[in-house]
Amino acid sequence: MRLQALVDDVLSVEEFGDGDMAIAQVVPIQRSRAHGTVAEIQGASKNFGSVRALVDFNFQVRAGELTALLGPNGAGKTTAIKLLLGLACPTSGRVSVFGADPAEATTRTRVGAMLQVGRVPESLRAAEHIDLFSSYYPNPLPISETLAIAGLEELRDRKFGDLSGGQKQRVLFALAICGNPDLLFLDEPTVGLDVEARHLLWQEIRNLLGRGKTVVLTTHYLEEADALADRVAVINKGSIIAEGTPAQIKSRTAGKKIRCVTQLSAAVIRDIKGVIDVQADREAVVIQSNHPESVLRGLLSLDLEISGIEVTSAGLEDAFLALTREEK
Amino acid sequence: MASVSTTMPAATFARPNPLRICFKEAKYEFLKCLRLPMYSVSTMLFPIMFYVLFGLVMGRQTIGSISTSVYLIPAYGTFGVMGASLFGTAATLAGDRGLGWLQVKRASPMPIYAYFLAKVVTSVIFSTVDVLALLTLGVAFGGVHIPTLVAAKLVLTLVSGSLPFCTMGLAIGYFAGPTSAPAVINIFYLPMSFCSGLWMPFMFLPKFVQKIAVFLPLLPPYHLSQLVFHQVGAGQGGPILWHWESLLGFSLVCLGIAWVGHQRDQKANG
Repeated sequence: MRLQALVDDVLSVEEFGDGDMAIAQVVPIQRSRAHGTVAEIQGASKNFGSVRALVDFNFQVRAGELTALLGPNGAGKTTAIKLLLGLACPTSGRVSVFGADPAEATTRTRVGAMLQVGRVPESLRAAEHIDLFSSYYPNPLPISETLAIAGLEELRDRKFGDLSGGQKQRVLFALAICGNPDLLFLDEPTVGLDVEARHLLWQEIRNLLGRGKTVVLTTHYLEEADALADRVAVINKGSIIAEGTPAQIKSRTAGKKIRCVTQLSAAVIRDIKGVIDVQADREAVVIQSNHPESVLRGLLSLDLEISGIEVTSAGLEDAFLALTREEK
Repeated sequence: MASVSTTMPAATFARPNPLRICFKEAKYEFLKCLRLPMYSVSTMLFPIMFYVLFGLVMGRQTIGSISTSVYLIPAYGTFGVMGASLFGTAATLAGDRGLGWLQVKRASPMPIYAYFLAKVVTSVIFSTVDVLALLTLGVAFGGVHIPTLVAAKLVLTLVSGSLPFCTMGLAIGYFAGPTSAPAVINIFYLPMSFCSGLWMPFMFLPKFVQKIAVFLPLLPPYHLSQLVFHQVGAGQGGPILWHWESLLGFSLVCLGIAWVGHQRDQKANG
């Protein structure tokens, strides 16, 4: 394991000669690795007493991608992150990050983490928190740059306790990125944020990906995974129940939804060619179909009074609900 | 800021300087506590207030062979050192542990010893300020005459006494919850101070309490204060070496308890 770390160091030194940008350091390292896997959980189980938090869990993080771990509360997302951060050991199975033990100091200098935390020392200022965490890393970003990335320039001298919820999350985000890590873990980063703050953080995360960083994000907001992720792993009751691009996950349910207000009974609609399912939704009906065009033609010919037609793609949300229902 | 430029090839091999981490960790731990009135005011104010009330205002009497204003410097000095060290370690550790902040730190490359060292350094600084304030008040307003060398020894002894209380703080901090910690600390802090003769001259305490204090290393404030009483010519009972041994033994037991608590935490987290 140590050897691997050493190899990584040597590789990154070569790249350092080529340019002084952080990107030059990161990208080639990742390419040099087989399959570009930077972190991996192999067949891991994790029990807390009689509670089985993870069951035969397999998970890969690919270089330069944003992988989202999506699941309801208590599904095991945070446990998986703790294993990858070396904060917990698997009851069985194996965890490696950059080919090494995640708990090793050399591994941790390449990893940043934003965890859910109940209390942060409130009497320290934003810039002081960042100054302290920057000192833990061999090649941290300049503090001014960290402040800029996290959008904290104006708040640098504000005490943590005086910040709003969204601003506090931004400080925690700043602590995760200040060491200029190659791999970033964000555990429910936008929980409790308003829409604007959430979109700001999303933009910051996209910027990191643009700079070649690898990100693992846990969320129970489907919209978030849909907006950010290259790959989504849906997790429920400690196991991954589906994995793929957001589009692939979505395609696991019937393609389109048609919502309309009509006089037709559900039984009549079901007889139209291409209809998979019909459900009443307040004054309207929602029809699922893989061939919305032919269904629409049928509807229009049968009911001249039809109104309020909307056609939408089945969202990740639908896929997620369908997937977790299958599990039950 | 950074001692190595990121453009230098050697930079990737560079480990962050452990001394620098320890310095920053201690600096910010100190600032954090200083800015918390609950900590800074209560640990500094109470010993000083007690000394002003009992040592200066009512300081005409003598206790044994020395005046009250001299007697109360070791007594309230020990009281102050104990408070600063217990609250500086136990309360902060219990909070960091219970509410996830320690986990954020552990996920970073911070060496864990820097975290604990910062708490000890902070406790020592507050203890030093406490003791110096008492001594200054005594000399300025209480008619205290102590030779400089004795005064220096007194300060050093009291401040080094911060260490056993830091170990005790770790032991408490690993078992107390984030909200219950201050109460748990006081359950030990106040009765221990009383039984060690910090509030009431030791010879006025019940005989069985005196026996416990003298023969068992259970009351570190007693042993610490006696070391200093010896220096100002008011020592009672027990050879000096026994007091040091008691403090050392007590510290080792506390470290053992803290270690058990640390293992328990590791297990609970995985």
